[in-house]
Amino acid sequence: MIEVVSPGPYASVQDLGRSGYAHLGVPRSGAADAPSMRLANRLVGNPEAAAGIELTFGGALLRFAAGAWIALAGAPCPVDADGRPAGMCAPIWIPAGGTLRVGSPREGLRTYLAVRGGIGVAPVLGSRSTDSLSGLGPPPLSPGTLLPVGDAPVTAIQVDVAVQRPIPPCAAVRVVLGPRTDWFTPGALKSLGAEPYEVASESNRVGVRLRGAPLERAREGELPSEGMALGAIQVPPDGRPIVFLADHPPTGGYPVIGVVAARDVAVVAQLRPGDRLWFKPAGSPWTTGSPAGL
Amino acid sequence: MTIRRAGEHGLLVETGTTAVAHRLDALLRAERPREVEEIVPGQETVLVVAPGADHDRLAARLVTLLDAASAPPAGRYEEAAEVVEIPVVYDGADLQAVAELTGLTAREVAERHAASEFVAGWLGFAPGFAYLVGLDPRLHVPRLETPRTSVPPGSVAIAGPYSAVYPSASPGGWRLLGRTDLRVWDVAADPPARLAPGTRVRFVP
Repeated sequence: MIEVVSPGPYASVQDLGRSGYAHLGVPRSGAADAPSMRLANRLVGNPEAAAGIELTFGGALLRFAAGAWIALAGAPCPVDADGRPAGMCAPIWIPAGGTLRVGSPREGLRTYLAVRGGIGVAPVLGSRSTDSLSGLGPPPLSPGTLLPVGDAPVTAIQVDVAVQRPIPPCAAVRVVLGPRTDWFTPGALKSLGAEPYEVASESNRVGVRLRGAPLERAREGELPSEGMALGAIQVPPDGRPIVFLADHPPTGGYPVIGVVAARDVAVVAQLRPGDRLWFKPAGSPWTTGSPAGL
Repeated sequence: MTIRRAGEHGLLVETGTTAVAHRLDALLRAERPREVEEIVPGQETVLVVAPGADHDRLAARLVTLLDAASAPPAGRYEEAAEVVEIPVVYDGADLQAVAELTGLTAREVAERHAASEFVAGWLGFAPGFAYLVGLDPRLHVPRLETPRTSVPPGSVAIAGPYSAVYPSASPGGWRLLGRTDLRVWDVAADPPARLAPGTRVRFVP
């Protein structure tokens, strides 16, 4: 059992999410920076889809009733493993009764903790993830939360330390235009690629809200509700884009000017309020993107 | 009709109508091409999420299926679709206000709602929340100006051209006509949502 003494600003159990239910109105959820969650799991010999803990702005203190191998990946934080300094992206042994203290990240936003065997809370619709939009899954961690260690099938721990991708405060993010690029003026397309956007503080696991040049629409009216993809750049009437993260609603009625390339969604998920991002075309020209292969 | 890119993993098929979206959804689910993770019907679209698929081939297949979905034998799919009867007590907090907005009596509002032939168009807002299309045009009323902070599960409500059953307690701005004991959302059931896209729905007083 793991006791959450303090969860930090916001922490939740996450795995790779509940896929296959979007048509029933269920967000996918799962780790916002999935590659970091997968890495932490690999480091302790877990299946990549095992459930771990997603910390936001670090700052957590956990107590382990039984000894456990753990690893941290994602936003790099100072780590104190039962009184000894320890590092990111490396398997760490916490003895029975020992504590794990995670400080604030030097850069980036979300830090992932994997425990050998996984977090064993009850799955809901095939996933142990907390869905902050719909409330499915376990509640976010709070002081006193007890988390069972699971029995995910494990393999031998093979690596002493891993190198993690850099997590910069300014990121260039690739975008595939569409599906609703035609709802915007040519000027909006130019703005999207011209100036950096700043991450607003109202951002969360549902989406990253951006401040910067508003994107002007070429037409009035409402878009009939349609399915939304992970990484969609949705543009509400005020013209300020929102990039959808793991807990995004599965359908929506605001036009999507483009979708962040799959590998770059994790980059967006690590941006803090005040960080900046540039959008750049994923393919060659900015202006392709309508019919796929037709 | 067009197929649009929705990111590296997604294709958005424009179907023109909700009925064609439902037929394409049914054909895709029956066939379930490999690598397809999500099939999400919208009002006039179907989003297909297929990481790692050859999107040119998938798009070609979607065109074929869309042709089939657009030209079915008349009425056959709709008649085959399941009908869910939802027992409802028309005692909602907004019943009288809807009567005033529409110039009908409360009783007439209930009768027209129960006489409407609904189809679950698409889901959104909350797990299991189906936008039911087919509301009697006389009952089209705007949402509340100030949404309620909490609407009880099972509330039967209307807004604009839609009706819905609230699947769980949530904030909500739709006008409440009544309530049902039928659970439209249950995570322990398979499927967890009673009203999947394409399901026909009748309210029974």
